[in-house]
Amino acid sequence: MRTLRVGFLPLVDSAVLVAAARAGFADEVGITLELERENSWATVRDKLTIGHIDCAHMLAPVPVASQLQIGNPKARMVAPFTLSTNGNAISVSNALFDAMADTGLMGERRDAAAKAAALKAVIDARERRGEERLTLGTVHPFSPHNYELRYWLASAGIHPDRDVTLVVIPPPFVVDYLRDGHIDGFCVGAPWNSVGLKEGVAKPVVAITDLWRRAPEKVLGVREVWADAEPDTLDALLRALKKAAEWADDPANVDALVEMLAAPDVIDMDEAPIRAALTGRVAICGEPDEPIPDYLLFDRNGATFPWRSHALWFYSQMVRWDQVPLSAEGTELAGGAFRPDIYRRAFRGTSVTLPSANAKVEGSLTAEQPVGSTTGRLVLAKDGFFDGRVFDPADLGGYIDSFAIHSRGLHEVWARAAR
Amino acid sequence: MRDASLKILVIDENAIRAAILEEGLREGGFTNVTIVRNMANLLRSIVNADPDVIIIDLENPNRDVLEQMFQVSQTVRRPVAMFVGESGAEMIERAVEAGVSTYIVDGLKKERVKPILDMTLSRFNAFNRLQRELEDTRRALEDRKVVDRAKALLMERRGLSESDAYHLLRRTAMNEHRTIGEVARSIVTAANLLEGSL
Repeated sequence: MRTLRVGFLPLVDSAVLVAAARAGFADEVGITLELERENSWATVRDKLTIGHIDCAHMLAPVPVASQLQIGNPKARMVAPFTLSTNGNAISVSNALFDAMADTGLMGERRDAAAKAAALKAVIDARERRGEERLTLGTVHPFSPHNYELRYWLASAGIHPDRDVTLVVIPPPFVVDYLRDGHIDGFCVGAPWNSVGLKEGVAKPVVAITDLWRRAPEKVLGVREVWADAEPDTLDALLRALKKAAEWADDPANVDALVEMLAAPDVIDMDEAPIRAALTGRVAICGEPDEPIPDYLLFDRNGATFPWRSHALWFYSQMVRWDQVPLSAEGTELAGGAFRPDIYRRAFRGTSVTLPSANAKVEGSLTAEQPVGSTTGRLVLAKDGFFDGRVFDPADLGGYIDSFAIHSRGLHEVWARAAR
Repeated sequence: MRDASLKILVIDENAIRAAILEEGLREGGFTNVTIVRNMANLLRSIVNADPDVIIIDLENPNRDVLEQMFQVSQTVRRPVAMFVGESGAEMIERAVEAGVSTYIVDGLKKERVKPILDMTLSRFNAFNRLQRELEDTRRALEDRKVVDRAKALLMERRGLSESDAYHLLRRTAMNEHRTIGEVARSIVTAANLLEGSL
């Protein structure tokens, strides 16, 4: 048996790692998976950097940032496997929800564009009255949440760096921050949107699946040098994770998974909000919770495959919001953060379906579509963005230029102002 | 005056550890130390304190709040960088072992921070040792109680003298490669189960 230590944060989307460790999938491939709960992404990253842990539950854009050496990178990290898709939601305080509802622009329950338009009207009215800017929270500067929230705001003409204040707040604190009036809304993962609603301080207004049908969320993060040095161990681990993802995605296992995740050494919380996320019963707008299909998923439609186009989409948003400049070298590095080659190696000769391509045009599928694969049995789901945009990874520059609202060059302006 | 001008912010919910560190820093000539224990709206506290050096307990979830300060923004005039010293991974390793993380504002010379970091690591390590000693003392006390209880059970059930009961415990522990405390605990647990008091 080989022992691997895996760092994770107490969130519902740690499910695949937790199931691999606790439901026997790691044991089957000769790996003892030791779960190490951490309190911040920064600490997970630092412990991974020095080898205190071997692999990690990781925000999908973090390996991309590490390859680009932006933010606070130490070791270069790669992502050979996607652990979860979707699962986030945007919630607002009761007061902001009421103000948005009063605009009459909220539209249908799951109309994300209408919600953004309502928020825009509230922000414009506040500005006319000379009130201070709204403050919204995300979980990390290199989190899918940050890019999802910004994408949604900008879709309605709200500039995320000028018209609102964005702050980072650890997920366990968002509900308290909202209650105390420090923030007006947040974009966070499960179970925290359901907790905010249950505590009576917030209402979820947008499920991420209604912004982008298939939004990559967490990946398995490993050090690049470790991936190179331990190919056999990594392949075995991926095979265990794939089995765990299939198990976690099967509705028949919801009860067992909820119990596993609610445990004191995992999320340590009552089961209801965890179950809500796994069954898609998150009450958007506080209305009766019609289940939302694909609210959070782990395996179906090739969800575990680490598409290069996902890494490049995050890069496009990093450029858009002035975290990094666009360059040919950056494109190469960013795309290389996700490693479909390792995934293919791990599953070659198994019954796991492998797509023929390593990248795809994101947002182009308006219906379920069978695509070229090793078994001819891979059906990709609708993956559209709510604004109808399409991301072609072969035309990064064109995609980035197509956004009227961006922050390119903004930090230079701020830095000059501060000098 | 050695760098008394440097503004140091200590973010730690553990009041005792924060006090131990503050005392060390003041003794080292760093007089401008602020302790933040209330984590609500931390970002505002940091902006108000405008520190040159931020020391935060590694297990504090608010580390991700500091990560955001690496980005230039309108709220934070001077971006923050993580201090790693010249030795990179080795320094992170020492810091992680001690349970501390240090951030400095961009542009501050590393050599000015080194004495602060050395002091922080030694004080955090001292605190950790203190905690371990307390933990060991507590366990020893608990063990003694449970050993006494197990001895009483053996004396009562098997009619042994006190010293025979103790020797039996010790022999069993040696044979089973366990501590006397562990053996005593299993005896007490078994007795409780049999008496239905669990």
